[in-house]
Amino acid sequence: MDQPALDVASVTVQFGSRRVLDGVTFQLRRGEFTGLIGSNGAGKTTLLRVILGQQSPDQGTVTIAGGRHGAVGYVPQKFLLDPDMPLRGRDLVALGLDGHRLGLPRPSRQRRERVQAMLAAVGAERFADARVGRLSGGEQQRILIAHALISEPQLLLLDEPLANLDLRSAKEVVSLLAQIAREQRIAVLISAHEMNPLLPVMDRVVYLADGRAVSGTTDEVIRTDVLSHLYGHHVDVLRLHGRVVVVAGDIDDHHADHGVLEVD
Amino acid sequence: MAGGERAEVFSGFMVNAWVVATMVAVVGGAIGFFIVMRSSAFVAHAIPNGSFAGAAGATLVGANPLLGLAVFSLAGALGISLLGRRARHDVATALTLVFMLGLGSLFLSFRVEDAEAVYSLLFGEVLGIGSNQVWPTLALSLASLLALALLWRPLLLDSVLPGSARGSSRVRLELAFLVIVALATTMTVPVVGTALIFSLMVGPAAAARAFTVRPHVALALSVALAVVIVWIAIAWSYNTNWPIGFFVGALSASAFLIGRAWSVASRRLGGARHRAPAGELSP
Ligand SMILES: Nc1ncnc2c1ncn2[C@@H]1O[C@H](COP(=O)(O)OP(=O)(O)O)[C@@H](O)[C@H]1O
Ligand SMILES: [Mg+2]
Repeated sequence: MDQPALDVASVTVQFGSRRVLDGVTFQLRRGEFTGLIGSNGAGKTTLLRVILGQQSPDQGTVTIAGGRHGAVGYVPQKFLLDPDMPLRGRDLVALGLDGHRLGLPRPSRQRRERVQAMLAAVGAERFADARVGRLSGGEQQRILIAHALISEPQLLLLDEPLANLDLRSAKEVVSLLAQIAREQRIAVLISAHEMNPLLPVMDRVVYLADGRAVSGTTDEVIRTDVLSHLYGHHVDVLRLHGRVVVVAGDIDDHHADHGVLEVD
Repeated sequence: MAGGERAEVFSGFMVNAWVVATMVAVVGGAIGFFIVMRSSAFVAHAIPNGSFAGAAGATLVGANPLLGLAVFSLAGALGISLLGRRARHDVATALTLVFMLGLGSLFLSFRVEDAEAVYSLLFGEVLGIGSNQVWPTLALSLASLLALALLWRPLLLDSVLPGSARGSSRVRLELAFLVIVALATTMTVPVVGTALIFSLMVGPAAAARAFTVRPHVALALSVALAVVIVWIAIAWSYNTNWPIGFFVGALSASAFLIGRAWSVASRRLGGARHRAPAGELSP
């Protein structure tokens, strides 16, 4: 098999006395759709920032195929697009292509067509000419995905892209991302505190708890014994009507705040 | 208006006023586009007002007030940039402003008799612009516009998605932007005054965004509005002898209000076209 698109090896990050990430290790391959699952404060954003080179780890290494942090597409967790901003979705996607370049953009047919093709690939043509700050959450998410993808990265990171979406938009965004991963042979890593929307399409999962991580296929990771070992106390993995619920076994335990992890 | 009066508005030393004021408006409108995009209106208020202390200090040591303006607006930009790396940006801006204002009051307390000339910088003196101001203003205008053109895409991207640029390049970009604001301040203060630069930079740009969804059109519109506002302000100020700053401020505020009204009205009328499709709820 070819070189992994991303190799995260023993990454440890400490804020003060608090170890937010503790020896996190996993690999991503091109064409795979991976969920980074963990409750709030588990360290998902911190891990993505380490991969992006925005946070240097206290220990461990991150290796990106091609060797450049620049080869990574990123959709941040909280973005607030000013609703009155004079900017179309189309302009924002074009900025993903050459937004870091100096000088005025030279409009060319080739540049226009590339933006148009990208908009079509994420299903955003219909609202590409409207004021981007006034689009719905799901529409803005598609524009931002196009913005991140147009520079043709090998690795696409999305931080809780489903957090502000209703169920239907969330499903659409997830299947779009899975399709992009497969068709464009990109490694997609998407963080979420709720794994159920990802279950139908997730190739692999990286499960974060208390700073430690286990990774593998869903069947390898989402199991009572594996997650109990990760949490350091007993948890039950229940399957109900195709949904997965992780429940703390002993609610007197000091981890009781994790009580029910996967119920929305 | 009598024919003789009309001729005078465009004659003699008034030509300098028109030329300099037009350049000031072009630069103010262009920078204003980014000031509003980046929500840095407070910076556009703080740098000019802080630079006032520089003019006071310069008269104190017998130097050209313009030099004092330039030094202090650049120092203000640096101060905001340095403090802003550690603290919240608005707090850094406020601290820098307060420190410079304090210096200004100290300088003024030493030599009260020269204060007249310094005070004129508060509200501007476009009608007293001399021919010696034309070339420096032109040079500063070109430098500011060139810098803006060079940084157009990175500034736009950073304004829209502040997380996109990596740490170090983000700091450099912000510093470059503050330096451009400082350059513009230096050339603009003698014309419209420290107190009213703010309205020239923010009013037209904020109004322009209501009329278009395209960034470069908004920029052009902002520049056009700023130029028209300044021209009308000169003519009215000449005829009424009221301070030009009053007209610039009032017209900028009016432009902004008209823009708001327009965007509310167009959303009411054409809102259905832009509404999200059924089933896709906005969060
Ligand atoms: N720069 C920082 N300094 C100190 N603590 C931080 C910093 N960034 C994150 N943390 C802490 O690290 C923990 C993990 O945060 P984060 O990675 O944002 O979690 P998640 O994205 O999974 O919700 C949280 O407890 C948070 O308070
Ligand atoms: Mg997070």
